[in-house]
Amino acid sequence: MAIQSRRSEDGRTLVISIDGRFDFSSHQSFRDAYEHGDQQVNDYVIDMSDTTYLDSSALGMLLLLRDYAGGDAGRVRIENCNSDVKRILSISNFEQLFSIK
Amino acid sequence: MDERANSVDAASEADEADGDPLRIIIADDSHSDRLILQAMVRRLGHQVILAEDGYEAVELFREHHPQIVLLDVMMPRMDGMDAARHIKALAGDTLVPVIFLTSLSDADALARCLEAGGDDFLSKPYNRTIIEAKINAFNRMRLMHRTLSVQRDLIRAHNEQLLTEQDIARRVFENIAHTGCLDAPNINYHVSPMSVFNGDILFACPRPSGGMNVLIGDFTGHGLPAAIGAMPVAEIFYGMTSKGFHSGDVLREINQKLARILPSDMFCCAAFMEFDFHSGSVNVWNGGLPAGFLLRKNGRRDSLPSTHLPLGVLSPERFSAEVQQYRVNVGDTVLFATDGVLEAENHDADMFGDARLHAALDSASGQRPPLRALLDSVSDFTGDQQSGDDLTLVSVDIVPAADLEELPLRVAASALSGPAHWVCEYEVTGETLANFNPLPLLLHICMEVPALRRSSGEVYTVLSELYTNALEHGVLELPSDWKDSAEGFGRYYAERERRLKSTGGHRIRFRLEHETTGKEGRLKVICQDTGAGFNYTDQKRSALDHDGYTGRGLALVRHLCTSVRHLGAGNEVEAEYHWSLNRQPEVKGSPDNESR
Repeated sequence: MAIQSRRSEDGRTLVISIDGRFDFSSHQSFRDAYEHGDQQVNDYVIDMSDTTYLDSSALGMLLLLRDYAGGDAGRVRIENCNSDVKRILSISNFEQLFSIK
Repeated sequence: MDERANSVDAASEADEADGDPLRIIIADDSHSDRLILQAMVRRLGHQVILAEDGYEAVELFREHHPQIVLLDVMMPRMDGMDAARHIKALAGDTLVPVIFLTSLSDADALARCLEAGGDDFLSKPYNRTIIEAKINAFNRMRLMHRTLSVQRDLIRAHNEQLLTEQDIARRVFENIAHTGCLDAPNINYHVSPMSVFNGDILFACPRPSGGMNVLIGDFTGHGLPAAIGAMPVAEIFYGMTSKGFHSGDVLREINQKLARILPSDMFCCAAFMEFDFHSGSVNVWNGGLPAGFLLRKNGRRDSLPSTHLPLGVLSPERFSAEVQQYRVNVGDTVLFATDGVLEAENHDADMFGDARLHAALDSASGQRPPLRALLDSVSDFTGDQQSGDDLTLVSVDIVPAADLEELPLRVAASALSGPAHWVCEYEVTGETLANFNPLPLLLHICMEVPALRRSSGEVYTVLSELYTNALEHGVLELPSDWKDSAEGFGRYYAERERRLKSTGGHRIRFRLEHETTGKEGRLKVICQDTGAGFNYTDQKRSALDHDGYTGRGLALVRHLCTSVRHLGAGNEVEAEYHWSLNRQPEVKGSPDNESR
């Protein structure tokens, strides 16, 4: 389970990639991925291309990021979900809170 | 063994560090060897205790509790191997390194030394550098062993404390959640006793009007944090349901409470089911639980998917308590499970999944109800007896309303003897008609009379049917015969929703009058609306037990009351409900209510 983050060229978008299972064990590294960023970042992209599974504590972590990004005003996109991940997101109706692709 | 000396010893050793002088026993029957080794060990800064044989070594060990023991192998009275056995037994859990002093080179003899409990050898003649290195190495090992032991004891103590605390928390939780009706004959469920610490909740409560509310849920996280969220949910669910609040009010209150008290990464995936066995309908709200099932008597399966965010995520302004309404018939079953079922893993880390779930439901039969079939299938799949701990399932069979009249309803009883003669007027006006339910308040007022508390179900039915009649037929002018067909049923409620948006200028007024002689009493309920009314003197339309303009609701009221009549322009109904202590109420109260 590895979490990597990189900035877009203009520095305004932070892309966080999650490799493998996204569950409670990644709590700290997920927070580290966005909490130490500077003020310039105003867009967040969670890249789930290599995410195999996510559990309810991962959903909780996504809500924490959403709060950090400014709650209802924040811009967080979740991208490249496989069908299992998409199913879990849609059972919880997270498309009402995040833009999911 | 002197226990006091031992404990003092343990305390004095507690802050001992690497490099501190050690107490070391040297046991050797050769006087010269003893002195040579004593000189070498003393020069390293340690305190030496001398013994002339194994027996004396054991005695001195008892007395001085040394940290390291150096034993010659062959000694009179008791040899080194026997002494090592005794010393290791006395040391118990504490690691006391025993090093044999030997000129033996025979491998078998050396092996026997280690089997007796020895840790290493020092060969004679002694080499000072080797002695120092071995004493230091064994001292490090001894200290590490002690640190691990202390930590192990600490973990053990913490774990015992945690289990005690969980047990207390579980008992408190059971006291809050015990009033449920999960034991009703039409409910099947599976929940582990410790499920609240898995974050799972399952509550069921009868409603005053008949029918029941059921809530199944799954908090994020495990252990005490998950259990803490379950407490207020149980309180709100049972408190509001037994006072007659509708699903929307209960859900909004729970959501608001959880959103306020839980950190934002904690929430509760849940499904709320509101059963009305009289009218044959169930309202379902699913926020984040895997789709439940409506299992039709004819074998058809309707999915009850999640259409909302979980409880505790959205602010009250954005929260939606909108339910899906389904018509149901006797013989149908509603089934929900937490994600523990779909995500149950077998030894190859495969998940149970949708396909197996459907196969399990297919295999259900009269002898093996769906919930049992599903549980069996999961435990066959996981091959693990313990797998049930993470599963919470509930199924509710649709039965004739009369089958459930015995369900005890627990409305909080007042310690006072209650009011005897009183009048209360209450009016709901304008838009409030659309978004406020006055029935819990009115029921609450009536329940202050102990005798009425015994028949809360009947009183609630009278109040609620009069109110529904005034609102839906009087103010909203909805024709009740629409509800006779399945399409009309949907149309009726869609139209009701639409017309509720324009209730401006309307009002519904309740007047409650109560009087009693002590053994008998009368509750008069007058409900007046601002609708157009109708010509109730027209025989055909005023027949109250006929499916006409007034609907089936008033027929029910007439059945419960001694008199029901229309007044004024037909937009006013007066119902008189009589109670008598000599008459058993039709809906029984709980035993402790009856003794009052």
